[in-house]
Amino acid sequence: MSAVPISWYLILSAILFSLGVAGFLFRKNIITVFMSIELMLNAVNLSFVAFSYKLKQVDGHIFTFFVMVVAAAEAAVGLAIILTVFKNRRTLEIDEVDSMKN
Amino acid sequence: MHHLWLIPALPLAGFLVNGIFGRRWPNKAVSLVACGSALLSFLWVLKTLLALGDLDAPYLERYYTWIQSGWLHVGFDFALDRLTAVMLLVVTGVGFIIHVYATGYMAHEGGYYRFFAFLNLFLFFMLTLVLAANFLLLFIGWEGVGLCSYLLIGFYFRRNSAAVAGNKAFIVNRIGDFGFSLAMFLIVIVFGTLDFQKVFALAAERPAETAGGILTLICLLLLVGATGKSAQIPLYVWLPDAMEGPTPVSALIHAATMVTAGVYMVARSSALFLKAPIALEVVAYIGLATAVFAATIGLVQNDIKRVFAYSTVSQLGYMFLGLGVGAFSAGIYHLMTHAFFKALLFLGAGSVIHALNGEQDLQRMGGLRGKTPITFATLMCAGVAIAGVPPFSGFHSKDAILLAAHHHAPWMYWVGVATAAMTAFYVFRALFLCFFGEPRGERHAHESPAVMWAPLAVLAALSLAGGYLNVPRFLAPMFPPGHEEHSLGLVAVSVIAGLSGIALAFFLYVARPGMADTLAGALRAPYRLLFHKYFVDELYDAAVVRPVVNGSDGWLWRGADVRLIDGFMNGIGGAARRTGAVLRLLQSGNIRSYAAWVLAGGVAILFLFSFAGGAR
Repeated sequence: MSAVPISWYLILSAILFSLGVAGFLFRKNIITVFMSIELMLNAVNLSFVAFSYKLKQVDGHIFTFFVMVVAAAEAAVGLAIILTVFKNRRTLEIDEVDSMKN
Repeated sequence: MHHLWLIPALPLAGFLVNGIFGRRWPNKAVSLVACGSALLSFLWVLKTLLALGDLDAPYLERYYTWIQSGWLHVGFDFALDRLTAVMLLVVTGVGFIIHVYATGYMAHEGGYYRFFAFLNLFLFFMLTLVLAANFLLLFIGWEGVGLCSYLLIGFYFRRNSAAVAGNKAFIVNRIGDFGFSLAMFLIVIVFGTLDFQKVFALAAERPAETAGGILTLICLLLLVGATGKSAQIPLYVWLPDAMEGPTPVSALIHAATMVTAGVYMVARSSALFLKAPIALEVVAYIGLATAVFAATIGLVQNDIKRVFAYSTVSQLGYMFLGLGVGAFSAGIYHLMTHAFFKALLFLGAGSVIHALNGEQDLQRMGGLRGKTPITFATLMCAGVAIAGVPPFSGFHSKDAILLAAHHHAPWMYWVGVATAAMTAFYVFRALFLCFFGEPRGERHAHESPAVMWAPLAVLAALSLAGGYLNVPRFLAPMFPPGHEEHSLGLVAVSVIAGLSGIALAFFLYVARPGMADTLAGALRAPYRLLFHKYFVDELYDAAVVRPVVNGSDGWLWRGADVRLIDGFMNGIGGAARRTGAVLRLLQSGNIRSYAAWVLAGGVAILFLFSFAGGAR
């Protein structure tokens, strides 16, 4: 098993996380924003697993499974909310969902 | 157990029943409850006194511990001794008679149930006051009667003058109560208890303070309380205004019973006062000064109730004179006879006012002798009693006081005699103006119904014969023996003074009706001074009321409250509002801007940790 340096994993993780942040900030479609959140979560998962492997400890794996479980639950709820929002407003433009402000 | 608690509890029950249900009940039922509870209370007093026999030692009933705090123990206890017995009989007896009278007098007034509820509540507090076995319980009754007095003075609360008079009575009494409270604190500090028996036993062991000391201070503070409640100089100003209340109230509370609470309290504390001769001397001076002062004002007043109000102040001064010269039993004696004839004077005045449809001005009365014969006859009985004509009640009690005063200091006797002459003059002036001469106002006067004149008749009988209830002998074991002196010459002088007062009134107001006005015209300045009551109200207004009002208005309200407190509060509120105005700009409703803030925060924390070296 050739050793891929851990820094590569971390750099990849950072790149994925930054993509997620950028997508979250700049995309206007709610579903895309939602996917960006998932991307950030998985970027973090990646660094967890990398450290876990490197340090020969199981903690990181456990965290990862927790994150995946929570993310799955979150996806279910989130998609339900998005469906309802679309049903009520006929739009998925995130800037138009601002009735909390007014 | 003789169930002393029933005595005040019965009027309390009457108050509760009438207060809760009275509004829906017919007047007859309300009267029945009110008079019935007063009568039952009176009967219970009689029954208890008969069962107890001679009260050589005070009879004590302890109910429960009221306050237990460290070494201070205050019980809810009632005590009955000879002094209390006299007070109980006067309060419940005269109280019942006035209740009956009031059912007639108030028959056509609104708030009938309210009136009787308050009257019963007053009886409850007054009986608590006289039955109390310690200072604190006495103070409860003391405050309670003050409350009832306030409520009943302001009974016609739609009339501004009545509301103002009620406030005045209440506030002036607060000043006196302040003194009383301080006296109680000092008693607790000095004696460690408020119980009458213990305090007086401890006081008896102390030497008399001829040069002043803590007991003198206590007694002077008690006296401040007494001057408030019993309308003595300098706190007498509320009583004449208290005549705004219905006439039965004036008779019961502001003549016969409540205002004598101060006299009772001083007599009750005689063991303390006897150890403080200076304070006792002050009592005598205040009493004498008040007696003269109020009598002179009474000479020229034109409102029949005001004449009798100043007469009350003056007679209370007499009682204090009696206490001050050491004749405690004479003071209580006069308290009792005064309750009879002054209640009669007020109820009679009420009957006259009733007959004349509310007219109170003596200048607009006259010629009522034939139209209201019973009122006339009973009021004449009261007149001769208060003027000290032998052998009627006022003669006995007044002479007991005057003789004691003569023994103490002869000049006090002479001032007292002069006051007695003035008393006879102004009372008969009022009666002559009312009943003799030609009618000067309302002509269709009518005699009051039997429910009103029957109480008058009972009180008239008591006024005439009440002097033979030998109170001084009954009370003799309570107080140290006074000087037994029966100088026929001194008695004769005071009787002659009284008779000459009557004669002068007859001369000025019946025989030569024009003379009084001529005299008033000739003595313009003194007349004005008296007519305006020595301008004392104006003086108090300028010296006390205005500064307090202006200080409250200018300093406390506009300065302290508006600027300081409100300014501070509004400043805090304003600061929060301005901060919020800036911070609300952050809340744009745009999710991505929130996310950008989160990101910025995360980056900032990262920077802080990596460059400031938080996580190493």
